[in-house]
Amino acid sequence: MDGIHDMGGMHGFGPIIREENEPLFHHEWEKRVLGMGVAIPVPVPGGSRNNIENMDPAEYLSSSYYEKWLHSRIRGLIDAGAMTPDELESRVALFREKPDAETPVHPNPDGVRAKFGKRRPASSAPPPVDIRPQFQGGDRVRARNIHPEGHTRLPRYVRGKTGTISRFYGIHNLQDAELPAGCVRREQPLYAVRFESRELWGESAEAEDAVYLDMWEGYLTPAQSDSE
Amino acid sequence: MKKQGDSVRSESDAALRTRALESLLVEKGLLATDTIDKVVEKYEKDVGPLNGARVVARAWSDPDYKRRLLENGTAAIAELGFVGREGAEIVVLENTSTVHNVVVCTLCSCYPWPVLGLPPGWYKSYAYRSRLVREPRAVLREFDLHLPDSVEVRVWDSNSDLRYMVLPERPEGTEDLSEDALVPLVTRDAMIGVARIESPWA
Repeated sequence: MDGIHDMGGMHGFGPIIREENEPLFHHEWEKRVLGMGVAIPVPVPGGSRNNIENMDPAEYLSSSYYEKWLHSRIRGLIDAGAMTPDELESRVALFREKPDAETPVHPNPDGVRAKFGKRRPASSAPPPVDIRPQFQGGDRVRARNIHPEGHTRLPRYVRGKTGTISRFYGIHNLQDAELPAGCVRREQPLYAVRFESRELWGESAEAEDAVYLDMWEGYLTPAQSDSE
Repeated sequence: MKKQGDSVRSESDAALRTRALESLLVEKGLLATDTIDKVVEKYEKDVGPLNGARVVARAWSDPDYKRRLLENGTAAIAELGFVGREGAEIVVLENTSTVHNVVVCTLCSCYPWPVLGLPPGWYKSYAYRSRLVREPRAVLREFDLHLPDSVEVRVWDSNSDLRYMVLPERPEGTEDLSEDALVPLVTRDAMIGVARIESPWA
């Protein structure tokens, strides 16, 4: 989606603030959010990034990294039917009133977790054997000018721009919520594509530098050569 | 004026919601408290930039390892036992006297956890995410890194499942150092690409 999260090239965010001797976590609750984010056996319907991208823009901007995770996990558990908003709000109210309240423990947690099965990494399925990469190193390609409403990994700043195939990374699953028009499957050739800074930023490019992005074949069309 | 991370709700609210969530999940049998504890301990103690430093020191010391690392980062990194979440596929980028690579994730905060651990706040900041792809040299100057025009800067936006790590240039004057002695020279910032590693006798 063309959301607030897609911020490559945006102006206005100021200098990069670095904290001296930054701790790994700023608050105890952040540790718990990390642990839950990594270990909860319930997959997030639509994906955890999608939930973050769909946050209200003002809330997105004013939320810290772990607050975004927390939001995403809560949304995901509700969408998966693992808990209801009322259950969560009741529990919040309980701890607000009685900070020392104890949590009941489930009698058979292994049984519950077994129900959800083991999570498989996104790229674990072997690809169909007849997929041949359309492009080779050095080919000129253009990033498609697509604007899906759902999750995509094609940032706005590169759409419609022309680049050069730099490297072929093999077949990878496209993560977009919707397949771009003309695609028939998720398993697609993935390439590193080089975009010249001048192509992306015009006169305001600092120097003759380049930006490399990972582009699934579904994001690309062939471009004419240098006369483009 | 609101800044990034100044939450609409208070910090204690996040703490309360987190506690409530964990409590519900434990009650439902979806998670055990000590499972969460183990994950936290892993990222506090075992998984951090020291892993990446070992990879770099090995690559500097062993040309054949370096070749394997640049060809297939994931497999070479796994040779040292570094595998795990956010590292299913790691590509290693070599910095040289003419090419300087630096990594970002503009869309969120993708980062090669198995070799660098959890990302620092500045890497996740909107300022870094928005500016690096547009004006990398200005950003690097904020990190006190000034590159001449003879060096090409390549910014890698981690927008897929691939995770990127920089193999920094080996500093001058370290030819006689053993692999173990090289490890402490390698900084996290150099493996992201916002720093170079200067000679220890500069």
